[in-house]
Formats: sequence, structure tokens, C-alpha cells
Amino acid sequence: MPKELLKGNVAMAEAAVRAGVEAYFGYPITPQTELLEWMSERLPALGRTFLQAESEVAAINMLYGAACTGARVMTSSSSPGISLMMEGLSYIAGTEVPVVLIDVMRGGPGLGNIAPSQGDYNQIVHGGGHGDYHPIVLAPSSIQEAIDFTVLAFDLAEKYRTIAFVIADGNIGQMMEPAELPPMRPLRTEYPEWAVRGAMGREHHFLSSIYIDPKDEEVTNYRLMQVWNRIQANEVRYREYYIEDAELVVVGFGTAGRISLSAVRNARAQGLKVGLFRPITLSPYPFKELEEISQHAKKILVVEMNSGQMLEDVQRAVKGRIPVEFYGRMGGMVPFPDEVLAEILRIQQEEIPLDGDPRQRWMERFAPIINWKN
Amino acid sequence: MQTEIIIAGFGGQGVLFAGQVMAYAAMDAGREVTWIPSYGPEMRGGTANCTVIIADEEIGSPLVLNPRAAIALNLPSLEKYEPLVVPGGVLVANASLVNRPPLRTDIESVFIPANGIAEELGNRRLLNMVALGALLAKLPVLSLDEINKALEDHLPERHKKYLELNKQALQRGAEFALQTVA
Repeated sequence: MPKELLKGNVAMAEAAVRAGVEAYFGYPITPQTELLEWMSERLPALGRTFLQAESEVAAINMLYGAACTGARVMTSSSSPGISLMMEGLSYIAGTEVPVVLIDVMRGGPGLGNIAPSQGDYNQIVHGGGHGDYHPIVLAPSSIQEAIDFTVLAFDLAEKYRTIAFVIADGNIGQMMEPAELPPMRPLRTEYPEWAVRGAMGREHHFLSSIYIDPKDEEVTNYRLMQVWNRIQANEVRYREYYIEDAELVVVGFGTAGRISLSAVRNARAQGLKVGLFRPITLSPYPFKELEEISQHAKKILVVEMNSGQMLEDVQRAVKGRIPVEFYGRMGGMVPFPDEVLAEILRIQQEEIPLDGDPRQRWMERFAPIINWKN
Repeated sequence: MQTEIIIAGFGGQGVLFAGQVMAYAAMDAGREVTWIPSYGPEMRGGTANCTVIIADEEIGSPLVLNPRAAIALNLPSLEKYEPLVVPGGVLVANASLVNRPPLRTDIESVFIPANGIAEELGNRRLLNMVALGALLAKLPVLSLDEINKALEDHLPERHKKYLELNKQALQRGAEFALQTVA
């Protein structure tokens, strides 16, 4: 396929179409709406299902029902809309049916704004709905990755009968880059053996997230954890830049990752041994790989568009071996590469303590810079 | 090595499209490129801008604080972006809507009456291509031929009737810039 100039939201929608999505349920919200808009035109034209629900709560429950039929299904939204979906998401996790969700994150908490943010990290990676479950979470940093990871999300969700998220931000959603779409996959003609599609002439299947007897729920929870262990063992993905001889390693995902890449290149141009580690799966997180890096590098800088949510996962991997610093922008503010470069130059020169809280140190440095007036 | 261009003006001046034409031309030339718009709660007549980055390797940040070049199609955009262009960079301003001379002496400035030239060509909406032509005459990141080819290949069918006018607008902008001694 030749490269096309594609906007992130449209690219993810068309990638899902090519991956064979059979039904989409959603509700418009900026900065994600072009995704839903594209689906509203493409899916009916292909004889597939597009349904604009009356709310995100309705959309996630429609998704739940459709997923139980074994159909390839998805929804997408932006932060406040994703929050509304959390109850249904937990039911989906408990029922062990595959779904794909795309969250084009925006500034929060609350109604917040429509600017790019990474503030949903904890909600999607560590939290979300109630109960014990772990979704797969993929974080693209370019339009090509947004396409590739959308397709991958369907395959992983079905392979493990689990929830797969693609978390992007307003930048990825609105940006255009040349990218290659995959060829159109034929729609499936066979459905999984567990699917509920009418039981004429056979034993009926039963899908539910209700296990009234705690003994049964414990068995289900154990099974979910067994699946999660397989996912952790097999599906970790990440990308490294200039890591081999790096003394300072910057860690960032998605848009913060590619902004950091610019800063790392500038630092390299000044002769500094700086590298970038960009997690692609935020769940399962590349703990082992970061731990290995912490055995060779001297310092780590975590860069995020939030108040340091992934920072805690990095600290878990580094285990206090080397100093970790943090730099973040919040509430829809996006760092420029110059800001990250300034942090790199500072950290290279300063003695960074092994103990103490990197987030507290960042807040103290950040207080004089933040725009209090407006 | 990368080149960053910010194009800014009022909504409706063709700011976003001018950037997309560059992005298409860069893609067709096999370069790496990003195009990113400002997408706040904008309205018609409000400000709009986009950032285009053209490079030979994977592009990091799609946004920069200090671009190599800027096109300012109105006064608020000039006030905002003239101070931000890197020294040695290029600034194109729409002299039809800007009532002051350039302030920077360490960059190359072209103040072009883009509305006036567009109106001479018979369509006020060509002002974005006039300005883009002026920019590319001073910033050799893409050739006019490459831009013309991008217009031929990517202009929506319903706008194909404006193809020749767009090419003329680019040409007129470039000629103006080359005659101007900054």
C-alpha cells in the first residue's frame, strides 16, 4: 500500500475497518470525534454496524452485548467519556469477552479541556473498573503506530479474550503524517466456540460476569490472572533509541516519548551520552527491560504529560539502583523539546539524590515557571 | 536535520490547507513530515495555525517553540511569531493586513501584500498560496514544482478548477519575494 497523509483519528478508524471490525458503538467527544465520524460513513457503506449511542454508558453496554456474539467490536472516546464506560468495562473483563477501546486523552480531571494529555495513565493501566483485571494497553507515538497498534489490539484482544486499549492523546488524534494502511482483511466467517449466537441443536453457551458463590468467582479471578501471566510473558513491547552507551536514559511514552526524542537528539549533538526508552505496551509494562537499563545507565529522567503516573512504574523497575528524576506538564499543556533538553543538561551536571521523591523535587523546580496569572 | 514552518492567521485564510499542501509535497518527495493544527475551541474569524516539520529522519516533537520559518497572515500572528523565528530564519507577513514594518534584523523578512496580489488574480482566497510561494522562494525546503505537483495530485476534484490559479498565485508570491531585498 502506498503512503497516505492521514490524520490520527481517521487513521485509527480506517485501520479498524481494515482489521475487520464488524460493529462500532460510540458517542462523539473532542478530540476524538473524527474517528466516530469516519466510522459513521464507512461502516454502513460496507454493510457493517455503526451505532451512535445515546451516551457512553449505553455505548459500552452495546459493545458488551455485541462482543458476547463473538463479533469483532470496538468503541472510542476521550477521557471523560472513557470514565463513563468503566462499569461496563469491568463487566466485559469479568465476562472474558474481547473488545478494543481507543482513548484519545484530553486535559482533566473533570470536564477539563480538549488539549492533549496523558492524564488517564493510572485509570487505564492500573485502575478503571472495579475488581481484579488487567487490560492490554498500547501507546502509539506516530500515525503509523496508531494504525499498527489498532490492528494489533484486535488480534491481542481475541487471542487472550481480553480488553485491549489504544491510548493516544489529542496530538496523535489531530496530527497528520504519511502512513501506510494495511490491506482490507476479509470479515470472519467463523466465530469463537464460546460465542452466544443462538443455540439451535446444541448445548447453550453461557456468558456472564455474575458468580454468586465466591468460590466460583475466585476460580474466575485465578483464570484471569493466569491469562494475565501469559500476556506479561509474551506481549511486552518497547522501543529504544541511542541506548547502548547512554549514561542518562529518558523514559517517555506516546507524544511525550517523541518530544523527548527531539531533546535526546539535541543532547547527542552536544556530545552527551543520552538515550530514550519508549514503552509501547504500558500494560504489560516493560519492567524487566527497564531494570536491565538501570544496571548500566547512571541516571533516569521520566517525561510525561501528567503529574508522574508512569513514574511510579519506572521506580518499581529501577528499584532504587540509580537516581530517577521527573519532568511533566499537566492539564493539557504539552512540553516543547527545549524544556526536556534543559532538564537533560541539568541532570547531567547535578548530583541527583538516590532517595527522596522525584515528584516533590519536580514540583519545587516547576513552581516558579508555572503560569499562575492566567 | 529538519525544517519547521508555522503558518498562522485568521480562520478562513487557508492556513491549514497551505500547511497540508507542503505536507503532501514533502510526502511525495519521500521526506518525513508532520502537520499539526491548533485545535482549540476555534471559530470562524478566530486565530488558526498549523506547524509543518519536514525532515530526513524520524520526526520527534511535532511542535517547536522556535521555528525555522513562519508565515503570518494577520497582525496578531505577526506579533506572536516574529519574535520566535530562529536567527537566520525566514518570516513572511501579509502586508495587506499588517500596518508595520518588520522588527527583526537577524532574519529574512518578506512583507508581501498577499490579499492585493490574490485580488489581482481574481480570487481573494488565493492569499495563502501567494504567501506560500513567497516563503518557498526564500526557504529552499521544497521547490515550487514539487508544490505544483502536490496540488495536481491531491487537490480535491471539486477544487481542480482552481488548480491553475493556485499555481499562478504561488508563482506571483515567489516573484515578489525574489524581487524584495530584505
